[in-house]
Amino acid sequence: MRDKLLRWESVLFLLCVAVLVFGSTSTAGFASGDNISFLLLDYTEVSLLALALLPIVLTGEIDLSVASVLGFCSALTGTLWNAGMSFETIVPLVLVAGGVLGAVNAGLIVKFGLPSLAVTIGTLGLYRGLAYVVLGDGAVTGFPENFRPLATDTIPGTFLPYATVVVIVVGLIVAGVVHFTPVGRSLYAIGLGAETARFSGIRVDRLKCALYIVSGVIASVASLVYTLRYNSARADNANGLELIAVAAVLLGGVSIFGGRGTVIGVLTALLLMAGLRNVLFLNDVTNEIQNVISGLLLIVSVLVPVVANLLRRRKPAPSVPSPPTQSLSLPEPVGAAAAPGPHEEDQR
Amino acid sequence: MNRLRALFSGREMGIVGALIVVVVVTTTVNPSFLSAQGIHDLFLNASIIALLAIGQTVLVITRNIDLSVGSVMGLTAFLSGQLFINDHGTPVILVLLAGIALGAVCGAFNGALVAVAKVPALVVTLGTLYVFRGLDYGWATATGVQQVNADQMSPSFLAFGSGSLLGVPNLTILAVVVLAGTAYALHNWRSGRELYAIGSNPQAARLAGIPAGRRVFTAFVLSGSLAGLAGVLHASYFGTINASVGNGRELAVIAAVVVGGVAIFGGSGSVLGAALGALLLTTITSALPILGVPAFWQRAVDGAALLLAISLDRAVMLRLATKLREQRSASRA
Repeated sequence: MRDKLLRWESVLFLLCVAVLVFGSTSTAGFASGDNISFLLLDYTEVSLLALALLPIVLTGEIDLSVASVLGFCSALTGTLWNAGMSFETIVPLVLVAGGVLGAVNAGLIVKFGLPSLAVTIGTLGLYRGLAYVVLGDGAVTGFPENFRPLATDTIPGTFLPYATVVVIVVGLIVAGVVHFTPVGRSLYAIGLGAETARFSGIRVDRLKCALYIVSGVIASVASLVYTLRYNSARADNANGLELIAVAAVLLGGVSIFGGRGTVIGVLTALLLMAGLRNVLFLNDVTNEIQNVISGLLLIVSVLVPVVANLLRRRKPAPSVPSPPTQSLSLPEPVGAAAAPGPHEEDQR
Repeated sequence: MNRLRALFSGREMGIVGALIVVVVVTTTVNPSFLSAQGIHDLFLNASIIALLAIGQTVLVITRNIDLSVGSVMGLTAFLSGQLFINDHGTPVILVLLAGIALGAVCGAFNGALVAVAKVPALVVTLGTLYVFRGLDYGWATATGVQQVNADQMSPSFLAFGSGSLLGVPNLTILAVVVLAGTAYALHNWRSGRELYAIGSNPQAARLAGIPAGRRVFTAFVLSGSLAGLAGVLHASYFGTINASVGNGRELAVIAAVVVGGVAIFGGSGSVLGAALGALLLTTITSALPILGVPAFWQRAVDGAALLLAISLDRAVMLRLATKLREQRSASRA
């Protein structure tokens, strides 16, 4: 019970409520429908990228190339549009392109056995560079008026933007797969121990491949939203967004080592970040200070479990009889100076 | 002689080979690439990123990472500007030391969180990437100084950044000195060897009595100090700074380190390799326009170089493993 209350998701939820309450009481215009729509829209692409990252991080891997895939797909959209292609044909092509870029990551990481951190730092540069190769450093605008409202407007009569509906749908799909299917349980198993998972009959390689391809496709969906929302296809679209997406995933309570985390946690973290950013923005707090707060929040999010763990170890639970507690604490002095954490072998 | 051969063994030779290929190809297209001025510029451009790569290598060897180096660099570059605004005649050495000290403080902050609180380095330094950069901008906003120009800095500071000794740029001399010192310490000092042990197997290292926390902390302080130094050097070389100096630099630095043959999961690699990796990537960047490749190919080429480097490493390793296995089965038979 105490564990349930202390869960990071609950903390995030309370923080979220606090921000929303603070925002609507202190800041004029925060609770208006227009502002809420703006707040939600502002985080569409980050949310999609974070949802693409989440299952990958659950398996203990990472994909830093997501924002570059977005950039490349946006540049491709611009080039194809410039070439006179209709938007209806561009959409599937861009989705396929995203999948192909994801498959390249998958090939290098899974088939060739390279570390995902190094590979995706490489493809982060490569895909962003290819975006410039495809489009140069100009911008393409003038996307069709019948598609643009999908990325900019709200559902008539509500404050809910269409783009947010996309995020919710993707979120529900990811949540469904991660939390309610055998595949989802396999992701956690891989994150807790890929070797064990393999010996348990989980097709680790195939799953990881699928995750990277899906990540590429979701990033290409994000690119369509981005391009239409700003009505601008540029090679530097969403430059650096990967770090914000990673921050959202980690803030959402997903362990960087894999094996722990929930979709609801990440979505709450995204809402918290979007809300906080909006409140601060309305209160004329500069973008830079907002970044400090986001950074601190991220650090605090990883410090909280550590501190909680320390407190728990200092204070043995009353229900546990004392002799076992003592014998349990016996092996501790070996590493006492360095206080080994649960994942000491992976410091990253 | 043996020592020298060992120094340039295997992996480093590969980068030197790639470097020679790039230089030869580019020079045949445009002979001025290899002129005295051309070489001077190459080393000058590579020096700052090499310093960052050296610091990063020490950390990566211990299976850690520092994503905040670009922000630390920006912070200390801005610090040097501020020092000159307060006192136009601030001695160069004082600015350098102040930058190193501020960098060390940032590194100590990262290190404390990683080594004492046992929080993963990737997460901590991603957080401090934003925090340090935000402080940088906040400082600029608070003081109303958005940009510091060359005329606001002391002439001796600028002369230091662009000057050279016997034809070798000052920044390169500094980078080589740092490289030699770090390489010596990593290779010969007990604590240096312990960094490799920590990276190869943190648990075993700890059981062997290595003070892992303290070593990792020191590595973070070193990386921070070098990033701090790099920031000041950036200011003295370019003469114009704002709060965005070093933005996004962290990925270029890690690319250089990985191209230089430092294993991203720790335990192997050398600072010489990382510095050569930085030199190689810088050389490719300068070579692209001469070869008629548009400048915007640069990021793609950097990324491709990284992927190629780790793929080749992997291929070599796999072949080595197969050979060893064959040898073993042969000796058994």
